[in-house]
Amino acid sequence: MILLDDVHKAFGSKQVLQGLTLRVGTGESCVIIGGSGTGKSICLKCVLGLVTPDSGTITVDGQDVQAGDRDAFLARFGMLFQGGALFDSLSVWQNVAFRLMRGTQKRPKAQAREIAIEKLRRVGLKPDVADLFPSELSGGMQKRVGLARAIAAEPEIIFFDEPTTGLDPIMAGVINDLIREIVTEMGATAVTITHDMSSVRAIADKVAMLHDGKIRWHGPVAEIDTTDDPYLRQFVTGSAKGPIEAVR
Amino acid sequence: MTVLLAPLAAIGRSTLAMLAAMGQVTIYAGRAVSHILRPPFYPREFFWQLLQIGWLSLPVVGLTALFTGGALALQIYAGGSRFNAEAVVPQIVAIGIVRELGPVLGGLMVAGRVAAAIAAEIGTMKVTEQIDALVTLSTHPLKYLTVPRLLAATISLPVLVAVGDAIGIFGGYLVSTTRLGFNEAAYLRNTVDFLEVWDVSSGLIKGAAFGFIVALMGCYHGMNSGRGAQGVGRATTNAVVSASILILATNYLLTELFFTA
Repeated sequence: MILLDDVHKAFGSKQVLQGLTLRVGTGESCVIIGGSGTGKSICLKCVLGLVTPDSGTITVDGQDVQAGDRDAFLARFGMLFQGGALFDSLSVWQNVAFRLMRGTQKRPKAQAREIAIEKLRRVGLKPDVADLFPSELSGGMQKRVGLARAIAAEPEIIFFDEPTTGLDPIMAGVINDLIREIVTEMGATAVTITHDMSSVRAIADKVAMLHDGKIRWHGPVAEIDTTDDPYLRQFVTGSAKGPIEAVR
Repeated sequence: MTVLLAPLAAIGRSTLAMLAAMGQVTIYAGRAVSHILRPPFYPREFFWQLLQIGWLSLPVVGLTALFTGGALALQIYAGGSRFNAEAVVPQIVAIGIVRELGPVLGGLMVAGRVAAAIAAEIGTMKVTEQIDALVTLSTHPLKYLTVPRLLAATISLPVLVAVGDAIGIFGGYLVSTTRLGFNEAAYLRNTVDFLEVWDVSSGLIKGAAFGFIVALMGCYHGMNSGRGAQGVGRATTNAVVSASILILATNYLLTELFFTA
């Protein structure tokens, strides 16, 4: 279980997280929604230790994320970054097998390549993509390679940062379905950040809405259309009128 | 009064910012050096950087040395002729190249080529979240990106300087024997007889120091790059400018240390 308790984070005078509290159960798929610049990505980066919160506690299965063996802790995670964050200097299969060729999960090169090709196939990419470089791929293919890399070491927890941003609706649908299938199949805990309501409906068990640095609303995905919360209603309907200021 | 104090305040702010930057660079360098002997090691990245920094810099360093050696021979001949000292061209070209011009110009040329490339590459990796991705894949960016570049530059620069020395002396030889009427065998004998081991090795030590500076500035500014194309552009410029200034300052300090004691 991932637990964020009263987490605060500021960058200079800008308060991003202002007492964020969120619980994500094991095996649950939680989607965090909210306007741009509300701190959704910072929230994930705090869990991974990429950003240190100013105050508050973050634990994963009761273990403080800032304490203990970092390598063992990070080995439990996979992450799909917004832009893919593929390493330009490495081929596609080397990107996917990056973790499998280093550190505690290191294995022979041939085996790592075989696993990488299997994961590429899992995300709908043919084996001949394996030897290409990221710059030779389309945006949708890069996202799928990023997804393959996130699941390559079969992590217990997977984070998806805006997995469908910049993709056409069909490719976005493909990525959403893949995420749902993979999370269900692996039994992984998943936290997804998105603005895309079709992603929310396809991926989420539970939805949390972040606003003004706090969780404004959380509940099952089935309740997002029937909620009385004016902030969530405005976000779901995409209306310019409502309590969330359009100019931020 | 406020008007009078404003320039002093600006100087104070700049001084504090410069001292803070020096402190940050020193801490960064210390952390990078402390990782050199601690596993995991990345030999593939090291050899790749050796190729990128060392091998691919050979043409620019070689051409710089060739033309500098030739120009130096012409200058010394013209200057020496004022007091009938034209005959010292081989000796002065040799000592000028191996002690000063070889390492300094080699370092500056590599700073322009390599520090810029390193800062742009790492800066782009930072703004596209590749550095964050490295961390989530249990890979320390300092170990994976900085250490191989520091080692490769520190090792390859002395080799480049040695090659540059040879080419620079050859440039002087070529101009002296074809344009200034020097005897070929006598020119080479004068050069070899005059040079001492310390002349060459001091230049190689300078080269190692300059290599370290070039990679350090490239990595530091890349890792601290701002957002977007403008941020990466600024990091690249800062890397080249700071590496060049540090090379010139370090050259003076090492020359004081080596030759005035």
